[in-house]
Amino acid sequence: MSKDILVGDHFLSGDVAAAEGAIAAGCRFFAGYPITPSSEVAERMARRLPEVGGIFIQMEDELGSMAALLGASWGGKKAMTATSGPGFSLMMENYGLGMMTETPAVIVDVQRGGPSTGLPTLLGQGDVMQARWGSHGPYQAIALTPESPQECFNLTIRAFNLAEKYRQPVVVLMDESLGHLFERVTIPPREEIEITDRKILKDKNRDIYEADEDLIPPMPPVGEGFGIHVTGLTHDERGYPSINAETQERMIRRINDKISKHAPEIIDYEEFMTDDADVIVVAYGITARSARRAVIMAREKGIKAGLFRFKVIWPFPSERLEELSDREFVVAEVNNGQALVEVERAIRKRAIFVGKMGGEPHRPEEILKGIEEALK
Amino acid sequence: MATESKTEKLLQKTGASLPRGEVYLIEDRCKGCGLCIAFCPKHVLVVSDRFNKKGYHPPELVEEEPLNVCINCGFCERICPEFAIFVKEKKKEE
Amino acid sequence: MSIIKAETHPLDDYLRTERLPHVWCPGCGIGTVLGAYLRAMKNVGLDSEKSIMVSGIGCTGRTAGYVRMDSFHTTHGRAIPFAVGLKAARPELNVTVFSGDGDLFAIGGNHIIHAARRNANITVIAINNFTYGMTGGQLAPTTPETGITTTSPYGNVESPFNLAGLIAVAGASYVARWTSLHVRRLEKSLEKALKKRGFSFVEVLSQCPTAYGRRNGMRDPVDTLKYFQKYAVVKNHVNPLEGVIEPNKPFILGEFVDAPEEATFEDKLWELTKSEFLHTSQAERSEWIIEHRRHLEILSRIISGRGEDNEQS
Repeated sequence: MSKDILVGDHFLSGDVAAAEGAIAAGCRFFAGYPITPSSEVAERMARRLPEVGGIFIQMEDELGSMAALLGASWGGKKAMTATSGPGFSLMMENYGLGMMTETPAVIVDVQRGGPSTGLPTLLGQGDVMQARWGSHGPYQAIALTPESPQECFNLTIRAFNLAEKYRQPVVVLMDESLGHLFERVTIPPREEIEITDRKILKDKNRDIYEADEDLIPPMPPVGEGFGIHVTGLTHDERGYPSINAETQERMIRRINDKISKHAPEIIDYEEFMTDDADVIVVAYGITARSARRAVIMAREKGIKAGLFRFKVIWPFPSERLEELSDREFVVAEVNNGQALVEVERAIRKRAIFVGKMGGEPHRPEEILKGIEEALK
Repeated sequence: MATESKTEKLLQKTGASLPRGEVYLIEDRCKGCGLCIAFCPKHVLVVSDRFNKKGYHPPELVEEEPLNVCINCGFCERICPEFAIFVKEKKKEE
Repeated sequence: MSIIKAETHPLDDYLRTERLPHVWCPGCGIGTVLGAYLRAMKNVGLDSEKSIMVSGIGCTGRTAGYVRMDSFHTTHGRAIPFAVGLKAARPELNVTVFSGDGDLFAIGGNHIIHAARRNANITVIAINNFTYGMTGGQLAPTTPETGITTTSPYGNVESPFNLAGLIAVAGASYVARWTSLHVRRLEKSLEKALKKRGFSFVEVLSQCPTAYGRRNGMRDPVDTLKYFQKYAVVKNHVNPLEGVIEPNKPFILGEFVDAPEEATFEDKLWELTKSEFLHTSQAERSEWIIEHRRHLEILSRIISGRGEDNEQS
């Protein structure tokens, strides 16, 4: 059996499944800093990476971890880190550098209750907007929200594929409950795993930030005489600093457009019993599991309820939600209303909000109450 | 200067000659900071009256035989922050 | 005889000449230090295609934008971890970090001590101009006591870091300090730093006439260099803890640490990936690690001036 893809059925936590997904996707570099509840990802990577010829570094902090990730990514490696809220906050600096310099990387953020140190060992879902807007300036985030260890594996692979394809950091938004939840994870054989690698620039005379028609420039290799210059300053197609509104408009619009124009390909969601639903519960991550149960309980009571679950939360599936906007909506999440504002913007009306400040997942009954309230 | 006269005496005694250099300048790179002028051990550079494209006064050469001549030490080339000035060894005219 | 007009400079092959003139003020020392670095590169025959420069933010942080090699201008303070990641991923590349005192020792202070501790095989050139030049001349962790800056208008009440001492104690394999006036010795020292396997660190004191000199009686760039000329004492292999810099007092320049080469951080990371290493027993792995450990007792003897190394001077 190959060492990188552990084909077969395993009993894994969400954290470990995400690590295995990374290795299956070709991740060969990890830099990180221990933080509950994500440390198991780092621990798994520390054990596994040397076995597959990869490098693991425990950095001095999350600022350095994210910087090391970008360095390794330019060195040609698929690179990942794992963290939680307080560390994710520190990573925002070079999350932005990754956006600006168009550097593939994957951040697994196992969310815990916040703000600040908050609830290190208990869940939260309060990093949704941070993943979207946490670093300053205009950019388009890509964030995935698995609901099970199996999806932690699958969506971490997809996160790498998206990072490589679109050349930017991609976030896997997990949460404490999911990270520590053990379930069966089936790892398929290599030929059933779809892997995307970055486009590599071959022509030394071509400007390194000259994009193809898909708005994505091929990534130049380092150490091969391209003489590239990469900067976090606003830069022109050559990669040289160009501090003016015209370049800002052209280049920053492109890095935004490369995601927004491909949003239909990136967006992924699950609809459960929405066809005839009068009320739709929107949820993601661990909350979606409670919401699914709530929908079934509602159906048992004769209420036509359905579930809309993000697998990719950024870019946001506004169009599909708008199509469903003749129904009533309930939004459940472990924060004080983050996906809520996007949902309401898409459906152009208020939704019933079933929020929790964090520390425990929703009980299905809490969401069921929301469903009933929506139909009043 | 004491050291120079010592050197000069030594040169006269031994019949040896100092290496000679030629000073080159990419005039429009110069920002007129004056470091090459201030630190030339042979004091062969002065501020010129001319302006370059950017409005700075580049250095010019004032060689006075036998002491104030460029000896190709390369200090101006090394101290110049602008990659503007450099020296090359002057071939002896036979 | 007059100055001969030239179109190209001997270092042009190493420069992005299309980006000249650079952003640095007239008389700023950064260009001088960059020149010394490029000459050292040329002298040791470093392949510029396999050489990478990483900079942080600030005046010195702009250096990466002018060298004709793969170069990265990263975020404030993060040049070192970016370089550590790149070097770990691609150990065959020569990686230099070229940045300023504020970038490397204030916002990036944590990273540099850890990179030195790990003996990451990178070369770090720290231009110390005693201030934050790019933002207009604020207090830096290197500003001398009494120094006037825009954020210490009554004179700096803090004590500055002794950068060479700090990095020596953190575990660097090579530590030296020069100034932008001591260009030849700087060049030779940079050659050694580039060749050294392990963490090498060269501090270069430099003038900032615009933001620091102007407020401290050294308005002309020449003034600071004359100051260096007056107070610099060149002495090799002195205990780097004696390398404190105080206003209007002699300060030491020279090579503080030139330790015997040891296995680098990257050597060890890559050893871990070998199946012969992974498949041995834990006892054998521990033995390998001990065999390749850093000889910190030797390093501390060198630092304290009690090492054999000290006798060379």
